[in-house]
Amino acid sequence: MANRPHQPQNQAFVLMGLGTALLIAIFLSPFASSDPDGLDRVSQDQGFDKQAQEDTPAKKLPFYAVFEEYGLRGVPAGVATPLAGLIGTLTVLALPGDLESFW
Amino acid sequence: MHELLVLSSSLSKLYWVISPQLALHIPDGFLSLPVSLVTWVVAIGLIVMALGQVKSEHQERTVPLMGVCAAFIFAAQMINFPIPGGTSGHLLGGTLAGVLLGPWAGSLVMTVVFIVQGTLFQDGGLTVLGANIFNMGLVGTFGGYYFYKALRSTFGFNSWRGTSVALAIAAWTSVVVASLICAIQLALSGTVSLGIAISAMLTWHVLIGIGEAIITVIAVSYIWQARPDLLYDPPKRSSLPRPLVQR
Repeated sequence: MANRPHQPQNQAFVLMGLGTALLIAIFLSPFASSDPDGLDRVSQDQGFDKQAQEDTPAKKLPFYAVFEEYGLRGVPAGVATPLAGLIGTLTVLALPGDLESFW
Repeated sequence: MHELLVLSSSLSKLYWVISPQLALHIPDGFLSLPVSLVTWVVAIGLIVMALGQVKSEHQERTVPLMGVCAAFIFAAQMINFPIPGGTSGHLLGGTLAGVLLGPWAGSLVMTVVFIVQGTLFQDGGLTVLGANIFNMGLVGTFGGYYFYKALRSTFGFNSWRGTSVALAIAAWTSVVVASLICAIQLALSGTVSLGIAISAMLTWHVLIGIGEAIITVIAVSYIWQARPDLLYDPPKRSSLPRPLVQR
């Protein structure tokens, strides 16, 4: 209740944060480095990268028909990653609140 | 129209330089069943405790902040930055989530991010999700957060200088410790020997941690300027005019 006078400011902050996240997910994601990252690189150098399962449980989920890793299927290659970023960002935005009310 | 075509063709060219990334995300198959199980139990235990803790905190304030924090960390984790030596890294964000929301709500945020990455985008194995939540989330939200708090008290709790130094050290340390724990899990699983795992993981993650420190400091500096009251541990500002305070 003490928070009331600040509410428009809270909304502004949340919108700024969300806007930043969406800009990153949509416009910066195509520029991400394609180099193998830390664990990737170590697994390749040490030769245990082949231990990674090919047919993973996640590929048996219905989402696998929609996304191939961070790419939306069935759309031009140039927008696949930005659209996956957009959908993923909005999904995680909504989930913490749902989790709390569900619990 | 022409610009759009140019943009879309350059975007599609860029797409081809992107390949699947793991980061510290462990895929299915790297960890043994016992190691997976133990990390699942620890992760689930802490998440259940976190749900109870957050429920008792001020929700109307916390829930929208949790959502926006999750959105930022998810988006930032998509951006792999190159590090010297032909490797890349990305933000983990555990320390950032803890600093903004506290360790409990921060842990829930990180959990949501890794669940969405694993289920929707096949990033990080589902059988080793407990380990990924623990390493990349809880190490930062608890370890990184409490280390930051101790450092901030040492270097100047209410000054940006003290806070930023604390943030940088805690964020860097959280990545290095996460990579160490990951190395130990790999060794316990019999995937690679302990000495090799530790030296190989540390080699890259002491560098990746610098990226974590930079992004964490930049993100918190924005909050520090715009809405310092939203930080989980807001700086105490005296009502006296500034010159007097500094003296």
